[in-house]
Amino acid sequence: MANYSTSEFKSGMKALVDGEPCSILENEMVKPGKGQAFNRVKWRNLMNGRMLERTYKSGESVEAADVLETDMEYLYTDGEFWHFMKTDDSYEQVAVDENAIADSKNWLKEQCLYTVILWNDAAISVTPPNFVELEVADTDPGLKGDTAQGGTKPATLSSGAQVKVPLFINIGDVLRVDTRTNEYQNRVNK
Amino acid sequence: MLTARAELLAQIRTFFATRNVLEVDTPVLAAATASDLHIQSWKTENTWGQNNQALYLQTSPEYAMKRLLASGSGAIYQLAKAFRFEETSDRHNPEFTLLEWYQPGYSLSQLMDEVEALLHLVTQGTAPPTDIPRFSYRELFQQNLDIDPHKISNDDLEQLAKREISLVAQGLSRTDYLQLILSQIIEPAMRDNWFLYDYPEEQAALAQVKTDNAGVKVAQRFELFCSGMEIANGYYELTDPVEQRRRFESDLDKRQRTNRALVPIDENLIAALESGLPDCAGVALGVDRLLMIATGAKSISQVISFTTDLA
Repeated sequence: MANYSTSEFKSGMKALVDGEPCSILENEMVKPGKGQAFNRVKWRNLMNGRMLERTYKSGESVEAADVLETDMEYLYTDGEFWHFMKTDDSYEQVAVDENAIADSKNWLKEQCLYTVILWNDAAISVTPPNFVELEVADTDPGLKGDTAQGGTKPATLSSGAQVKVPLFINIGDVLRVDTRTNEYQNRVNK
Repeated sequence: MLTARAELLAQIRTFFATRNVLEVDTPVLAAATASDLHIQSWKTENTWGQNNQALYLQTSPEYAMKRLLASGSGAIYQLAKAFRFEETSDRHNPEFTLLEWYQPGYSLSQLMDEVEALLHLVTQGTAPPTDIPRFSYRELFQQNLDIDPHKISNDDLEQLAKREISLVAQGLSRTDYLQLILSQIIEPAMRDNWFLYDYPEEQAALAQVKTDNAGVKVAQRFELFCSGMEIANGYYELTDPVEQRRRFESDLDKRQRTNRALVPIDENLIAALESGLPDCAGVALGVDRLLMIATGAKSISQVISFTTDLA
């Protein structure tokens, strides 16, 4: 496996830290006075999203992580795994386990594209698009009255996600939702 | 910014003119260069003289200015271009401007007073300087981390760096640990301006070593830090040619062991010390960084007309 020297460090570079694949968020070269240079690096662990910091002596190397970030189409779930398909005409499928799918399982919609991170060909994380359009599966009946007051109520979407929606939304409406903040954006005209 | 730079240079020249310090101008290209392990020189492709001798861009005007001092110049200063082969950052450019000056007969604390007066002049105006706190290396480490930097073991330093800043590297030199801890743990906790003096003996570079009150050998060296940046580095200058040669050879030995380029020993400097360098204190101050402080610039690229990548 290839190694990266500190001089090759840059944002987005992926390598193994304590045996797990991480991506560089920030890399700062520090040179204390007339002294040895160091790199202070902020990493994001690609498996659990956690941030970690490490200080390296400049010139040291880290092991590169065989990580591929790719767009894949969601197919179906069998209850244990979630199945995605590559979009490169290979029709190759990848089964994603509960750990890797994590909270993204609330945003799945068939034929929609998701960013899947593969490490040594196994999926370690799935990121939904920033905005998805999903149908309301359940919510209290629409209330009369003005929508300007901005009251909200909970709604469950077809994918399982729970979002707060305006009072005028009904079951069967299709909504545009921000997957990063869980926020309702607007109702999509059918 | 061009105007601010011109004003700063004019202020510096006026400052030294009123103090009867002579401006000098020494070569940027020379046959020898700094041997310090962590300072790498630009070596020119074209060779010179009968022995196909390479020339080096100077990393500071120190050696040449000491030759002038030994020949009886008296107090001198120089606004010099200096070159160090290193990565760029918000505080580093491979080519930069150094203000370097030497005061025969000055003690290190007198020179700190003078640095303080200059800093005050260029940042505030002409009011009397305020007292910049001065910490010995021992005081600073004791106050901030409750350790004695002269006594603590290398293992304890490694543990400290691992715990505080997740250091991955192991088996660094004592100096590497201390400098890392100073710059990454202590400096960020310090505010405003401060002097550091009485360095560990291994960090003497070209400073004389003395025994302090606690019986520990310390380097008569100081640095000035402003807003988290190292601004100036001063020495009570080494005048002993035998010790100077020993330090050069020790540097070259370390360079060989770490696969760094070997550089010629400056025999002209040794000869100057043999003929007699007057007791003096000297300091190098980063002019670009000083201009950053005077103008509030966040990056060195804002105070230089063209950084090396655009030059």
